[in-house]
Amino acid sequence: MQSALSLSFSQSSLPLANRPFCSSNAAPSFTPRNLRFCGLRREAFGFSPSKQLTSCRFQIQNRRIEISASAGNGAPSKSFDYDLIIIGAGVGGHGAALHAVEKGLKTAIIEGDVVGGTCVNRGCVPSKALLAVSGRMRELQNEHHMKAFGLQVSAAGYDRQGVADHASNLATKIRNNLTNSMKALGVDILTGFGAVLGPQKVKYGDNIITGKDIIIATGSVPFVPKGIEVDGKTVITSDHALKLESVPDWIAIVGSGYIGLEFSDVYTALGSEVTFIEALDQLMPGFDPEISKLAQRVLINPRKIDYHTGVFASKITPAKDGKPVMIELIDAKTKEPKDTLEVDAALIATGRAPFTNGLGLENINVATQRGFIPVDERMRVIDGNGKLVPHLYCIGDANGKLMLAHAASAQGISVVEQVTGTDHVLNHLSIPAACFTHPEISMVGLTEPQAREKAEKEGFKVSIAKTSFKANTKALAENEGEGLAKMIYRPDNGEILGVHIFGLHAADLIHEASNAIALGTRIQEIKLAVHAHPTLSEVVDELFKAAKVDSPASVTAQSVKVAV
Amino acid sequence: MAVSSSSFLSTASLTNSKSNISFASSVSPSIRSVVFRSSIPPSSHRRVMTVRSKIREIFMPALSSTMTEGKIVSWIKTEGEKLAKGESVVVVESDKADMDVETFYDGYLAAIVVGEGETAPVGAAIGLLAETEAEIEEAKTKAASKSSSPSAAEAVVPSPPPVTSSPAPAIAQPAPVTAVADGPRKTVATPYAKKLAKQHKVDIGSIAGTGPFGRVTATDVETAAGIAPSKSSVAPPPPPPPAAAVNEKATTTNLPPLLPDSSIVPFTAMQSAVSKNMIESLSVPTFRVGYPVNTDALDALYEKVKPKGVTMTALLAKAAGMALAQHPVVNASCKDGKSFSYNSNINVAVAVAINGGLITPVLQDADKLDLYLLSQKWKELVGKARSKQLQPHEYNSGTFTLSNLGMFGVDRFDAILPPGQGAIMAVGASKPTVVADKDGFFSVKNRMVVNVTADHRIVYGADLAAFLQTFAKIIENPDSLTL
Repeated sequence: MQSALSLSFSQSSLPLANRPFCSSNAAPSFTPRNLRFCGLRREAFGFSPSKQLTSCRFQIQNRRIEISASAGNGAPSKSFDYDLIIIGAGVGGHGAALHAVEKGLKTAIIEGDVVGGTCVNRGCVPSKALLAVSGRMRELQNEHHMKAFGLQVSAAGYDRQGVADHASNLATKIRNNLTNSMKALGVDILTGFGAVLGPQKVKYGDNIITGKDIIIATGSVPFVPKGIEVDGKTVITSDHALKLESVPDWIAIVGSGYIGLEFSDVYTALGSEVTFIEALDQLMPGFDPEISKLAQRVLINPRKIDYHTGVFASKITPAKDGKPVMIELIDAKTKEPKDTLEVDAALIATGRAPFTNGLGLENINVATQRGFIPVDERMRVIDGNGKLVPHLYCIGDANGKLMLAHAASAQGISVVEQVTGTDHVLNHLSIPAACFTHPEISMVGLTEPQAREKAEKEGFKVSIAKTSFKANTKALAENEGEGLAKMIYRPDNGEILGVHIFGLHAADLIHEASNAIALGTRIQEIKLAVHAHPTLSEVVDELFKAAKVDSPASVTAQSVKVAV
Repeated sequence: MAVSSSSFLSTASLTNSKSNISFASSVSPSIRSVVFRSSIPPSSHRRVMTVRSKIREIFMPALSSTMTEGKIVSWIKTEGEKLAKGESVVVVESDKADMDVETFYDGYLAAIVVGEGETAPVGAAIGLLAETEAEIEEAKTKAASKSSSPSAAEAVVPSPPPVTSSPAPAIAQPAPVTAVADGPRKTVATPYAKKLAKQHKVDIGSIAGTGPFGRVTATDVETAAGIAPSKSSVAPPPPPPPAAAVNEKATTTNLPPLLPDSSIVPFTAMQSAVSKNMIESLSVPTFRVGYPVNTDALDALYEKVKPKGVTMTALLAKAAGMALAQHPVVNASCKDGKSFSYNSNINVAVAVAINGGLITPVLQDADKLDLYLLSQKWKELVGKARSKQLQPHEYNSGTFTLSNLGMFGVDRFDAILPPGQGAIMAVGASKPTVVADKDGFFSVKNRMVVNVTADHRIVYGADLAAFLQTFAKIIENPDSLTL
């Protein structure tokens, strides 16, 4: 269910690696404002025995309190309060909790802020509400587009507060859904900041509970590079932007990844002009180069957007004393000052930093790497000596493997599979990603350069198949013929290495490809599948049919990499 | 014969209706479609300037006194190519001509900041020159920021000095531009304003920003470009248009809606310059005086000297020059409406239609040069015009203009006075005309009508009449032309 929400908000680990990310000095910057995990919430439930006493780690100092929680789910463990304790009730924790209950585990989830985490409250969910508005505004404002339909619309306008309310209402609704789904299944929602006290022992607020297995799912917060002063009004992060408290005339967006791109779509549709500041030499790093080139032609060039690439924003000062927001740019390589911008607002979209401070990791001898908790391919936490910490797992943004909501959820389900006796390794290459601009961008697997590099190393051939939305009936009926689908595959055995789509509803179209990769389906099999006509999914159908695989069928037996 | 002696009689075509004879074909060789490209001697442009390290910026040169921006026609060199001092690097289209711009230094063309087909204001960096191969990379990163903010320099570019009879200032100009590349005040323009400025070829540095913090907004650009600001849900109400734009706006907003299937073609640089000059001319109070001139003698002379390479244009220019020498006020110019200046040289500009535009190559010292030298000079100018090599002072230093449509059979027309000049002469075709002389005898004579438009602030009807009388005398007794 909610695990299907894709987190357009976190950047994939690829572009992240290229940024001046979250080294230790970034840590102090997100202490106060961003407390979202592991807090204590009294609305919990009346149930609950767990009788351990301890001193509180966070704000409360050395008060010893006894609290009990009764179990409403799963069979009570003999020596533990819970079979599974999840720290962090974001999309990752939620997905794990639901699956755990299904597997018969007595489960508790600890949340220090609001249920739903970044995705539901400050990420993909409210941003989709804003993008739904921006898509319509864009369409209504496009006279040419309307005329082509024979539609007449008098001036399109919007009410900022109404748009903002739509976003916050959606977040509230989804949050309630999430909470209710867990309550209905009997998951204990414990409110408070959670921390690991020792093996199989967790503290939240003033309470200590034990669990057979523990999952850390504390997520991430917006990363703000040093030199940038966030005031929440004119220099903002996605957290503030989603509240849409203002629509500036001119906003600079630092970072042109998923977050920056989506916000540029929203702001330009609402009338802002946008200046991108990108540290790398080209916009939209991390996307397949062909896709980003086309996307730039459609999403950047014709819009009221300009950009500076190859530069860092070394200093950003919020608007004050009658002066605009000042942005100092330095060359990304030489560090020489390059330019100064004066804008009305700046959105910092330079990626996200893991929220792992104060988790008590020192108690179990785990050292974070740039804030991320090191894990193996089964999400098992690795301690300072390179050894696995028994019964402790970390999923989602906190481990940094793939910072997407649905990846966190998938990792959580994978962990539950393992603790309930089924070995499971998640294939991250089968996890799709999407950027909800108009039109959308989606992808799964490798980009063309990555595939070619791998092919060179492993000695196989790579082929490319492409189809255009211009040839698709449904897309043309919508007057949205702009778009491209591209598949990278092995012509020798029909394995799909990657699929990239830019076009109408691309985010919904990617799943046929991601499922094929996850299940190890080969092109020669899937190309025989039937698609309803006329639908956008025929774009993907065409892609499979356009591929030229050397040996027909019968190779399926060789397919090895099966994963979910 | 003089038609209007009263200075107040300035109704349009006063004269004419008399007889003319053959005289077509006269200046036809000069009317050709040509675009100019002049390869400028190194001394005339030092826009390749030193910046820190060994990377130099190649600036958009000021190729004429009226040029505010230039369009890159083509880059002759590609990025990374080695350049030798004096080599042509780029072809720039100014409001008047296409010109080769040469490098003044050895080095490598490291980066092209302004691509082909794009426009940059005078003084803006259009490319970067690295001294060594190693510096190319550095220059490129520099270029990346340049291309998105091309307006750093032009904000402080002084406006070109007014046209004068001396060609020198036009060439000397680029120097001050380059010195202020990092001036204290920089133009801040929003992304959309920059896009619009590029699209409408508006020099963003010349626009006064009315947005927050004095920045140039899209509305400012649209106002400056003389188009109706597009509605925008968040745009502030359009600010009062800058004074300069008012005229343009007035001329465009009253136009009827476009007919279906008509296409909109933006002005070329030259067309923009013509348009600008023409609108400027409306501020000058002009009047017109016509005069019939017998050309039998001139035609006879022309037949005689034609084999020696003398053209009709040269004959007319020489005649005009000689007449101007006797009537210096017609060769004067009035710039400010409060005073006027007698020009020391008589430089006769001759209007020439070229492909997509109009240019006026100048025969300097038309009164002093002999007919043969003048003809030679004219041939040279036409040749340069065809190969696009006309230099600024060769088309913008005129003090009097000659326009001839006789070869098309036009019997009379009047011309618009170019700003900065005192008078312009419109020459019609010479045709056989029945003429009654003072004794009442009829005869057939070749006759053409010339019509002079002049600035009434400085030239009065009698002045013009006297000038025309002199001119007619010279044409009717052309022997003095060959002296």
